[in-house]
Amino acid sequence: MATPSIVDARAIHKHFGALHVLKGVDLKVAERELVFVIGPSGSGKSTLLRCLNRLEEPSSGSIVVDGIDMLDPRTDINHARQRIGMVFQSFNLYPHMTALGNVTLALRKVAGKSRAEADRLGRAALERVGLADRSEHTPGQLSGGQQQRVAIARSIALEPRVMLFDEPTSALDPELVGSVLEVMRSLRMSGMTMIVVSHEMGFARNAADRVVFMDDGLIVEQGAPAEIFEHPAHDRTRAFIGQIQRH
Amino acid sequence: MSTWDRFVDTFFNGKVMAKYLPDILSGMVVTIELAVLIVITGLGAGLALALIRSLAIRPLNWLIIFIVDLFRALPPLVIIVLIYFGLPYADLSFSGFVSTWLSLALVLMAFSEEIFWAGITSVHKGQWEASRSTGLSFGQTLMNVVLPQALRLTIPPLTNRTIAITKGTALGTVVAVTEILGEASSAMSNSYNPSPLMMGAAAYLVLFLPVVVLARRLERKFAWKR
Repeated sequence: MATPSIVDARAIHKHFGALHVLKGVDLKVAERELVFVIGPSGSGKSTLLRCLNRLEEPSSGSIVVDGIDMLDPRTDINHARQRIGMVFQSFNLYPHMTALGNVTLALRKVAGKSRAEADRLGRAALERVGLADRSEHTPGQLSGGQQQRVAIARSIALEPRVMLFDEPTSALDPELVGSVLEVMRSLRMSGMTMIVVSHEMGFARNAADRVVFMDDGLIVEQGAPAEIFEHPAHDRTRAFIGQIQRH
Repeated sequence: MSTWDRFVDTFFNGKVMAKYLPDILSGMVVTIELAVLIVITGLGAGLALALIRSLAIRPLNWLIIFIVDLFRALPPLVIIVLIYFGLPYADLSFSGFVSTWLSLALVLMAFSEEIFWAGITSVHKGQWEASRSTGLSFGQTLMNVVLPQALRLTIPPLTNRTIAITKGTALGTVVAVTEILGEASSAMSNSYNPSPLMMGAAAYLVLFLPVVVLARRLERKFAWKR
């Protein structure tokens, strides 16, 4: 592909003490691409995601996101992180703030917007996730699906270049999953580059450009969703997909 | 005289009470001054230590833990006596008032540091990660995300400690501070009657009941719907 990659991670290794969690992972993501990362639990997919914005410090390797060398000690990591949105399994909304407060905190403190400007951008972001009428609610007053959408709004308000999703629907009741996937789909339509760690295989099938299968700290294989799901080249991939689809 | 009359005459003697009321009131002023100083400086220093501790600088944290454990373990009276009678040997003399203030502020600092620290560490790791992932710095995350949640948890234990330690102002009598208890006990020995002590007790109630009520209010104010 001729398109330049917006995420370029090379030879990422991560050790937790004696545990070797990532064993040399390369991941390139093109602009506007939606990459789905699947794999058994403990395969290192979440750790890989968390290395990309340096919530986790890789033991070795190189990571360039939108032209910024993330591992260079001279890089202003707080500035760089504004360009990389992250959505967590457990939402992690700030419980002492309203939905709007959650969305505007970084706009005011990091992007340096005035309160009025931050409120305007924050409301627009909430509108995009379909929660314009919930801006004054606190997280405790929102359903899990709504909380996760506020969390997505909190990220997109900063106009990131890449969005990382770490099992965004795993903590949700089944009937609430759809609303979150809907927001992710509309984000994709708007051209957002996304890296998604998730078990939502249906979503992967019809929304992903590429599926990456990880096992035991390595990328085993990757390719178009149809290819990976219908004709996996490796036994491990086949076994994993077989297990997932039996449910 | 009935037993009841004798009891009232002993503990609630009108004449004695009228005579020593001004003394008790001036004692109250001293106690209030001491209490306000202790609360402001003690809690302020405790919070400052907890914030420094969250920076996780090893040698500094060892020092903080040592200081905190020391002042939590020592009886406040011993600290007062050491400062008042001991420091002059190092050419540092403080009045009884200042000695009492410093001692109790140090004790409150130690206890409140532990409470603030427990509050900070009890905030879920995901809160840090969410905030840091949007580009907030460590300090911004601490002040805007973590501390507001931590403080809410710390208000009840903090109130208890603050009241318990502020009542320790009575220890100031030992170094001739004329606070409530000091005034009350000298009035008691002058009048051969314990009524002033009852007035002292009433004065403590008048002082501390509003504090308890205020603390309840604060708790409610910092609460948020879950």
